[in-house]
Amino acid sequence: MTRTKTCRGGGTADALASGASGLNAREGSNPSPGTISPANEVSLLRLHEKTLHELLALLENREIQVSEIIADLYAAIIEKDQTVNAYLSLAHKEDLIKQAQANAHLPLRGIPATIKDNISTIGFKTTCASKFLEKFEPVFDATVIKRLRAAGATILGKTNLDEFAMGSSTENSGFFTTRNPRDPERVPGGSSGGSAAAVAANEAIFALGSDTGGSIRQPAALCGVVGLKPTYGRVSRFGLVAFASSLDQIGPLTKDVHDCALVLNLIDGHDAHDSTSVNQSALDYSKDLNLGVNRLKLGLPKEYVKALRGEALRCVETWVKTFKDMGVETLDVSLPHTDYAIPVYYILASSEASANLARFDGVRYSQRASDENVETMFSESRDKGFGAEVKRRIMIGTYALSSGYYDAYYTKAQKVRGLIKQDFDRAFQQVDAIIGPTSPTPAFKIGEKSDDPIAMYLSDVYTVPINLAGIPSISIPGGIVDGLPFGLQIIGDQFQESKILRVAYAYEQASN
Amino acid sequence: MRTIIGLEVHAQLLTKTKIFCSCSAEYFGASPNAHTCPVCLGMPGSLPVLNEKAVEYALKAALALNCEIPKRSKFDRKNYFYPDLPKGYQISQYDEPAAVNGYLEIELPDGTTKRVRIRRVHLEEDAGKSIHMPDGCSLIDLNRAGVPLIEIVSEPDLSSPEEARIFMEELRRILRYLGVCSGDLEEGSLRCDANISVNPDGKKGTKTEIKNMNSFRAVEDALKFEVIRQTQILNSESTVEQATLTWNSDQNKTEVMRSKEEAQDYRYFPDPDLVPLEIDEAWKKKILDAMPELPAAKRARWKKEFGLPDYDVKILTDELPIAAYFERTVKEFPKPKEVSNWMLSELLRLLKESLSKEIKIPSENFAKVLQMIESGQINRNTGKEVIEEAFKTGKSPEAIVSEKGLAQISDEGKIIGAIVQVISENPKALADFKAGKEAVVGFLQGQVMKKTQGKADPKKTRALLIEHLKKS
Ligand SMILES: [Zn+2]
Repeated sequence: MTRTKTCRGGGTADALASGASGLNAREGSNPSPGTISPANEVSLLRLHEKTLHELLALLENREIQVSEIIADLYAAIIEKDQTVNAYLSLAHKEDLIKQAQANAHLPLRGIPATIKDNISTIGFKTTCASKFLEKFEPVFDATVIKRLRAAGATILGKTNLDEFAMGSSTENSGFFTTRNPRDPERVPGGSSGGSAAAVAANEAIFALGSDTGGSIRQPAALCGVVGLKPTYGRVSRFGLVAFASSLDQIGPLTKDVHDCALVLNLIDGHDAHDSTSVNQSALDYSKDLNLGVNRLKLGLPKEYVKALRGEALRCVETWVKTFKDMGVETLDVSLPHTDYAIPVYYILASSEASANLARFDGVRYSQRASDENVETMFSESRDKGFGAEVKRRIMIGTYALSSGYYDAYYTKAQKVRGLIKQDFDRAFQQVDAIIGPTSPTPAFKIGEKSDDPIAMYLSDVYTVPINLAGIPSISIPGGIVDGLPFGLQIIGDQFQESKILRVAYAYEQASN
Repeated sequence: MRTIIGLEVHAQLLTKTKIFCSCSAEYFGASPNAHTCPVCLGMPGSLPVLNEKAVEYALKAALALNCEIPKRSKFDRKNYFYPDLPKGYQISQYDEPAAVNGYLEIELPDGTTKRVRIRRVHLEEDAGKSIHMPDGCSLIDLNRAGVPLIEIVSEPDLSSPEEARIFMEELRRILRYLGVCSGDLEEGSLRCDANISVNPDGKKGTKTEIKNMNSFRAVEDALKFEVIRQTQILNSESTVEQATLTWNSDQNKTEVMRSKEEAQDYRYFPDPDLVPLEIDEAWKKKILDAMPELPAAKRARWKKEFGLPDYDVKILTDELPIAAYFERTVKEFPKPKEVSNWMLSELLRLLKESLSKEIKIPSENFAKVLQMIESGQINRNTGKEVIEEAFKTGKSPEAIVSEKGLAQISDEGKIIGAIVQVISENPKALADFKAGKEAVVGFLQGQVMKKTQGKADPKKTRALLIEHLKKS
């Protein structure tokens, strides 16, 4: 029988084995940010609570130094992250301050960014919250990271997620569950739960997440922050560890809509390394925020409100009234194929995932359970390396692509995906944007849905159709339900990010 | 019994870089994993970007095989686990290949031409290599991972192992003419799998697939073996099992690799990381306009234009540089058969002996040697010597002739001097001649040539010798 090992013959593969310094990825459920000096306390300025645009103004006017921002952030992380569990790894504070100071001349002036741990970042492990990649240190920066660094941002740390971004609560993380800063008994949503919680807990200035079926917007809604999924192809996927390649998009999680526009400005634009990146010239999304929404038409899909009751329904009424007061007409629209979105999504996303995750086979990366022979190396490594939800989706996807089932599942799902897209095309002939809830409920309790995958999947019922249609959508705080944040989702047609940001900004201003 | 054979040929494209990244596609001899990057290592987060040159080369091959090029084709993922397949899937083309419905005409030994239909030509990436160590350890080299391949699939139009070999030879010739593939079966830059069934009269046989045929000879031998094996099974009233076989060239037999039950489900689906490939008419036209004369057309033209025998044409057109050399020489020295003879007897021999890939005498120098022979400046034997020297040193024939004093002696005075000497040294031979034994002329001529270090003009020598023998 063959034992297998990777060749150490030189070249890039070798870099896999070399250690990157300055890291302290936490393993297990006991957060201990050991690189942070415990003497730190939050300053009176409480700079960690400020938005990106506020900090930029303060730095520009030389009222503060970037090191003070970083100091407050680390103090806040020490204070709160023992409860919140947002971070998987953090930069050395002193190193980060040095880097930030060196970036003083660049537009972002060294302000630190927080990154979901499925985005390849040199200097950090990129674990995807999977045991499989527990020790994986990538050798290249994702395009979004390159762009952030080029603009003068520094990287503060990497945040927790559902393993390989599969989940809606971060309970599927291979390491630990992130808690909702608004109520630590509850989930922060997912899969970008760590990024959303870090922003909500002011453990971050802004963060990047990834959204395959709602993974930015749903946690943004559940944590009460702003999260945007751009048009498919707007932001390069190069360096994003793929879950479902035809649906994945990277996007910002921020404290307000203005920041969201600023961060999108930094990361969007064509990338020659991503064949699905669209050749749209980069826009300034913050430019039009103040244009107002007078005379715009919004659509309210009946399929998105029919199940809402009580406070959730009253939130919807408030949205309609608030917009009406601004001179915006809200029409009823219909997205008749909404009910098919979840099954279509789980077939297509799982099919793509089954192939995307095949590279984790025990030959490379951290996890090799057995090398008795090739077959056991594959099967045992995958058995030990992947968590239950990841395995479930690989099984679903493998089944859907199998000969004899392909047409009934994959092909059929692709057809229905087309119908879902058509629903939106028709609606956008009538209205400028569509509004609705981001998620049917506010944050649920940890453990509440973890034994019921279908109930968990249904928490993405309003976000999944947007990914299937490839269009942009933003979630902003839209009121309170059961004492918890409830998200307002604003959906736009392809490349209409500027428009939905304008609508979101207007609502944010009116509701403050 | 009727034999039906279809071939699936993988050809590595000679692009500088790999199909989906900018790593060098040169993997032979490179140190392991030296030509790799996050993309061809399949690292998490990496994405493929299609190499336009690979598409151009695929189109060149497909158009040379008379294929239709659909406006749109797409890439699919072929899923299977293998240690040297870094992504756990191979990017290939499944139901919308780059090219379809072509044909290749082959010339059979009886002089007839057979048209073999090409079902499809598609692009895909190569896998890496596993190196199995004596201690049971396996090493993985991913330099080859991501090298562009085309797969050429024929219809089952071949009816004998010999035809299959001829098809492969002609295909290789075309790919080499186009400069898109080095065509080396031993090194694996050209690989051939065959589907073969022996069909009893009026009935349908069972198809087996044979892999691992690493030479033209192996293609023919493996298929011959399989024809006999299947025929024997059918004659014994048994049934042939559908299976994938591998050719064991050491033991000269096919062996079962996997049975029908073990057939893999590759779960093909469109690769969401790549956009569909669209080929416009302008690109197609550009490639067609730049298409070189292909081997079959060249053979036909040479037969007509130069009146050369089939044997000469076949050998001289086998490789494009040789064919081009011939044509350049003929321009300078317009006696095609003479050029052919000298190339076949001398140049190709020297080429083979030198293990070189190029003819080291510029064609104009080669033509010059032939002119010197023609004009009697040197004799044929000296001509061989000059060619050999020019091949070794790269010197011009004029320089060699003058340096070595090889110019033919046409000066009658010098030749006569030698003849007189030879006749006086061989009184017995003179007596024999006088007694009517004309055969001694040859012997004496040889002696004269020896005295002149072979430089005497042979025709002139013979005439003068007979004249002097008669006079003596
Ligand atoms: Zn590469």
